[in-house]
Amino acid sequence: MTFNSDGISRRSLLSMIGAVAGAGAMYSAMSTMGLAQGSNYAGRLDLQGDVNGTRVLILGAGLAGMTAAYELRAAGYQVQVLEFREKAGGRCWTLRGGDRYTELGGDTQDVTFSEGNYLNPGPWRIPSDHYAVLDYCKRFGVKLEPFIQVNYNAYLHNTASFDGQPQRFKEISTDFRGHVAELLAKVVDQQALDADVTEADAQLLMDALKRYGALNDEMEYVTGEASSAYRGWAVPEGGGTTGRPEPSEVHPLSVILQSNLWRNLTAGDNLHMQSTIFQPVGGMDQIAQAFEREVGELITFQAKVTRIRHEGNTVTATWVPTDGGEEQTETADYCICTIPFSILGQIDHDFSPRMSGIIDSMYYASSFKCGLEFKRRFWEQDEHIYGGISYTNLPISLISYPSNDYFSDGPGVLLAAYSWGASSYQFNALPPADRIEAVLDYGSQIHPQYRDEFVSGVSVGWHKVPWVLGCYGIWKDRDADYMDATVMDGRTLMAGEHISYLPAWMEGAILSALDAVERLHVTVTES
Amino acid sequence: MNRMMTVMAALLTLTPPAVAQEAGQASMIDRAGWFENPSRLTQSGGQDVYEAICAACHMPEGEGASGAGDYPALAGNENLLMPDYAIYVILNGQKAMPPLGGVLDDTQIADVVNYIRTSFGNDFAEDPATPEHVADAR
Repeated sequence: MTFNSDGISRRSLLSMIGAVAGAGAMYSAMSTMGLAQGSNYAGRLDLQGDVNGTRVLILGAGLAGMTAAYELRAAGYQVQVLEFREKAGGRCWTLRGGDRYTELGGDTQDVTFSEGNYLNPGPWRIPSDHYAVLDYCKRFGVKLEPFIQVNYNAYLHNTASFDGQPQRFKEISTDFRGHVAELLAKVVDQQALDADVTEADAQLLMDALKRYGALNDEMEYVTGEASSAYRGWAVPEGGGTTGRPEPSEVHPLSVILQSNLWRNLTAGDNLHMQSTIFQPVGGMDQIAQAFEREVGELITFQAKVTRIRHEGNTVTATWVPTDGGEEQTETADYCICTIPFSILGQIDHDFSPRMSGIIDSMYYASSFKCGLEFKRRFWEQDEHIYGGISYTNLPISLISYPSNDYFSDGPGVLLAAYSWGASSYQFNALPPADRIEAVLDYGSQIHPQYRDEFVSGVSVGWHKVPWVLGCYGIWKDRDADYMDATVMDGRTLMAGEHISYLPAWMEGAILSALDAVERLHVTVTES
Repeated sequence: MNRMMTVMAALLTLTPPAVAQEAGQASMIDRAGWFENPSRLTQSGGQDVYEAICAACHMPEGEGASGAGDYPALAGNENLLMPDYAIYVILNGQKAMPPLGGVLDDTQIADVVNYIRTSFGNDFAEDPATPEHVADAR
């Protein structure tokens, strides 16, 4: 997409085109501008009209809350934000050396990573179709760099296949594709698809399969130059007297199928993982800090909301400072509430029975991440893996290699576990030191260098994060409840990743906030 | 193991220590039987199931935890007087509590309900939960 650089917002431009030439022309213009796919971000807000000093109270200074604060203040509203934590960003969060994290129950971890190393416990990737996040990064000067999702030299690993030895992604990927292409070519050759494929198309399909599957001239997927050009050579291509390569042995189809390693071949094909995707240079919280630079003066930190009441045309939040002190109140004409429903359901509030029921029915996913620092980047030095992700059936689920500082001599940090569900619950139940031990045990099965090179680690089980009690909101019945949760209840609109069809993504949080801001503005200016 | 956990809990209460994640630190919990299935818990017996999943949030001695929201204490919790409420909440979730009927089977749930009703100073031994109870409540 192209970013707006010339004053007129795309939103107003599209409105003009829509008004003058109709919806068809507008859609055509949107497609040209690259807006008609992916995220439904419709460009920067341009809120017009007199807001008459309307006060808006925003609960929560995560990305949704800060987006709302930024946009509403720009439109002339009086904005106040209450935040439970001592800093802004919510789940857009980075742990680095010098940080101290205390989880529920009191276990405290001191992060001792070297300068420049970090773990993003929450979001860690920005898809290229998440236009709102990318636009705010552009606007606020957050420097982005490519995040390597797919690395053909990373591993696929299953404890029950290949004697538990990790296999290079390129070998499994090429073999799977080659065998499937050969099988399909046989079917076409036997004219078994005549009902579905015309004769002319059948010839084209054969050409495509030969190319797609790295088949030889006999339309076979076999050990040889064609397959090795994709899966790698037994003796690599080189120069001089030893330059002649030797092909590598392809694995039989049955071995590939029974290995179950094909399960992770398509991870990078998912819409939100397709190259190119990004990460902020220096950690995901660079986005949080950028928002905080814009709206930090509006935020009251360490404020635990204890009560929400609607009276007449106002809404009042009662809060207590988490570092001690008197109970206080904040009153406004409207409220945008981004407090996760896992927390909001425990706050004394007067939302409608319908809204209360939805709040209480939403539970939060269990997720666990662990970052380990190693003395040297052995995955690069020993195994030639530069960024990307290895997948495994072990409880750690994956290992992600840093997409930055390649070839540096200093210590590097791996995302050494990213687990969900049953595995995550069990990691959460271990004390932090035991989690590190478990992650080291599992990771050593893929990288035997783990124990020798280990320096330190930090882990986050999201159900034990004191200010959210879980990873992201899960609807019991989204079809039935979603739209009702977006309705203004009293004077309050809900926003956050949970009020989006992009749950757990920063884009969902921001889009829900923009939508709430626009609807609130219509209410204020048209009433 | 339980006694060690009690000692640990007491220590944590007195002086929450910063856990130095150094190499070679001795493991405190026996992980044999853990992590055996990616989609279910495989521990059996009320105490083992409790320590593998419930203790994360309700804490090793059932004392609960408090942040922006709370995980309620199970110790001295009158809701455990009868088994039905605990069975319902474990199966279906309740506010911040996720439904766990998908990762625990009927026997595991009955066992852990009986464990929490008779541990942490709780003395609700009457009318113990059975796997049939749980199956009926699903």
